[in-house]
Amino acid sequence: MVQAIVFLPLLAAIIAGLGGRWLGNTASKAVTTGALFIAAALSWPIFLGFVAGHGASAVYPVLDWIHSGNLNVNWELRVDALTAVMLVVVTTVSSLVHLYSWGYMAEDPSQPRFFAYLSLFTFAMLMLVTADNLVQMFFGWEGVGLASYLLIGFWYHKPSANAAAMKAFVVNRVGDFGFSLGIFGTFLVFGTLSIPAVLEAAPSMAGSTIGFAGMRADTMTVLCLLLFIGAMGKSAQLGLHTWLPDAMEGPTPVSALIHAATMVTAGVFMVCRLSPMFETSATAMAVVTIVGAATAFFAATVGTSQNDIKRVIAYSTCSQLGYMFFAAGVGAYGAAMFHLFTHAFFKALLFLGAGSVIHAMHHEQDMRFYGGLRKEIPFTFWVMLIGTLAITGVGVLGVGFAGYHSKDAILEASFASGSTHGVIAFWAGAIAALLTSFYSWRLMFLTFWGKPRWGASEHIQHATHDGDHADHPDEEHGDSSHDSGMPPEGTGGYHPHESPLTMLVPIGLLALGALAAGFTFGHTFLENEHFWNGSVFFNEHLMHAMHEVPIWVKYSATAAMLIGLAIAYRNYIQKPGAADAFVRQFPGIHAFVKNKWYFDELYDRIFVRPAMWFGRLFWKKGDEGTIDRFGPHGAAYAVGVGNKVTARLQSGLLYSYALVMLLGLIGASTWVLWWAQK
Amino acid sequence: MIGLAHYLTVAAILFVLGVLGIFLNRRNVILMLMAIELILLAVNINLVAFSAYLGDIVGQVMAMFVLTVAAAEAAIGLAILVIFFRRRGTIAVDDVNRMHG
Repeated sequence: MVQAIVFLPLLAAIIAGLGGRWLGNTASKAVTTGALFIAAALSWPIFLGFVAGHGASAVYPVLDWIHSGNLNVNWELRVDALTAVMLVVVTTVSSLVHLYSWGYMAEDPSQPRFFAYLSLFTFAMLMLVTADNLVQMFFGWEGVGLASYLLIGFWYHKPSANAAAMKAFVVNRVGDFGFSLGIFGTFLVFGTLSIPAVLEAAPSMAGSTIGFAGMRADTMTVLCLLLFIGAMGKSAQLGLHTWLPDAMEGPTPVSALIHAATMVTAGVFMVCRLSPMFETSATAMAVVTIVGAATAFFAATVGTSQNDIKRVIAYSTCSQLGYMFFAAGVGAYGAAMFHLFTHAFFKALLFLGAGSVIHAMHHEQDMRFYGGLRKEIPFTFWVMLIGTLAITGVGVLGVGFAGYHSKDAILEASFASGSTHGVIAFWAGAIAALLTSFYSWRLMFLTFWGKPRWGASEHIQHATHDGDHADHPDEEHGDSSHDSGMPPEGTGGYHPHESPLTMLVPIGLLALGALAAGFTFGHTFLENEHFWNGSVFFNEHLMHAMHEVPIWVKYSATAAMLIGLAIAYRNYIQKPGAADAFVRQFPGIHAFVKNKWYFDELYDRIFVRPAMWFGRLFWKKGDEGTIDRFGPHGAAYAVGVGNKVTARLQSGLLYSYALVMLLGLIGASTWVLWWAQK
Repeated sequence: MIGLAHYLTVAAILFVLGVLGIFLNRRNVILMLMAIELILLAVNINLVAFSAYLGDIVGQVMAMFVLTVAAAEAAIGLAILVIFFRRRGTIAVDDVNRMHG
């Protein structure tokens, strides 16, 4: 059964990927989507079995893989509570995204390829979450990276999509380098890569030291930090986050599946899976907490100033991943996994809802060209509203939307942990919650409230006067020319249309998840040690402390949410000019935040340009200047010069030929007379 | 007393004049034909001189043959020259470079 869950998507990917040309669009889509729905249907009973308390951890061997010396690695599928959670998240979101893509990608010329990539991604992700050893996890890890690369660059005719795909790949290489060093180190220290064996042996290694980079360092700290670098790359944490917003160049279903719900949470999953290992190093835990908190705060600030609807949600994802990490960092792995679980629903919902808006608006993604869509696409509006209520954490007295349960638990746990970095994380998280509420409502207000502003959008103008673009050569470009301020109001005679049913059904189902996943499973994830059953480190002390936090801590998230909502309401509904006035008053802050804290510019200076300079040096001076010059080009030049000299001999003039003949004759007879005689 | 060496010297001078006439002459082909005649003459002088010196009549017979062949060759050369002049309108040696390929 588990084998079916994991390998059905692979089978579907092979069929649709290699046979898509003969099967045609509909058959390839049906095969992949069907396989994913079967996998999802098989996953839920496993998960519900664990929730009900009669699930048992098990390992299903698949194949032998590597047996070399004392390195023994096999393909094995491990199923425990942690895996069950991920199985449900991955297969559910993936199947719904497959279905959604029927509508969203309906006009795309290469649909079999798209669906094959989606299924391939799902397979790799399932390999990652069912891994019983670190090598198999690394296989899945790289597999999802590959699928992510392929899907970000799916529209390969767009240079920006290609650049984004390469950026995602390269930035992930940095993280993967740390991850692979971590795996090597783990093998060096423990002599095995089997996760259960490593976790069992980890506490006994606490306090020992290892030589690393010329220093003596605490063994477990080094290993955990190296592994965490991998997690940072995959989960877009501060420093290695730059690829995630650019990854929005891919189709929106991809953003929902890979860059919101599943792949980017792999880092959180890995930290939770290896939680007994991380628990042995207080330093590593502190680093995880601080990085997570910094990311939560940083990404939330950037999210407040972006105009592209998908980028807002991308930074929101980055920020929410920060929450998960600092929850794991303070030891609340249950809360981290719970937030991962609820976040998958409401963030996939927000992305697919945004996709529905983009679909309705003819691929216009700039929120300044939206406005008043509430009445035009009511279903999308309502589900987006549910998603926003879920992410901002709306709820009272223990009953609320999904984010209310998980985010509150994270904030309480970070405060209850009592450590300095825990409290720092609490404050960063509370401020990030305020910002989250602000940018989420800003998105809603700009998109669905106010007056229509899409008359000025280039995409909409394309749609309305289909084809007579050449008559307006000096038309403004919507993405770049409006750098500040709002475009004029007006519909331009265009009326958005609601998306087809194949898109609305998945969003509706995800809305149910965003609505109910919180209070249905909250108790199980947060307080039921029996549910986890040792698959993550369960900190009972912390769980009790969470219940005894001061009352203001309990309500801090709600208060932050209300303040953010109030600011957004004032700036975008009450006084629509207020935001622009703020920008004029503090241009420095706005520019700093809008340019994402200048991370891309910084990396460009530090890494990209020196690398380009170095490459150029080797190219121009090394390859062209030395190897080519003295190698092939030099030889060709020498032959050319020789040819010119000898070609001059063939003058066609009789008397010069006669002279040469004579000289030859003289030479020959001289030779005969002088030397040959002796 | 005029000995063999003198004859050979005259023949060598004529030979060298003929050779120089072939590749220093750039004006016309008739001069080239005449230079060839000079070379043949130089050879004839050698043949006759050695024939007299060695008392062997075969050298003089060979000289008669050479004279005959030279006459025929001159006739053919001049005939080619006439046709060449008709086609090209010139007999300058510098223009004869079709062998350039």
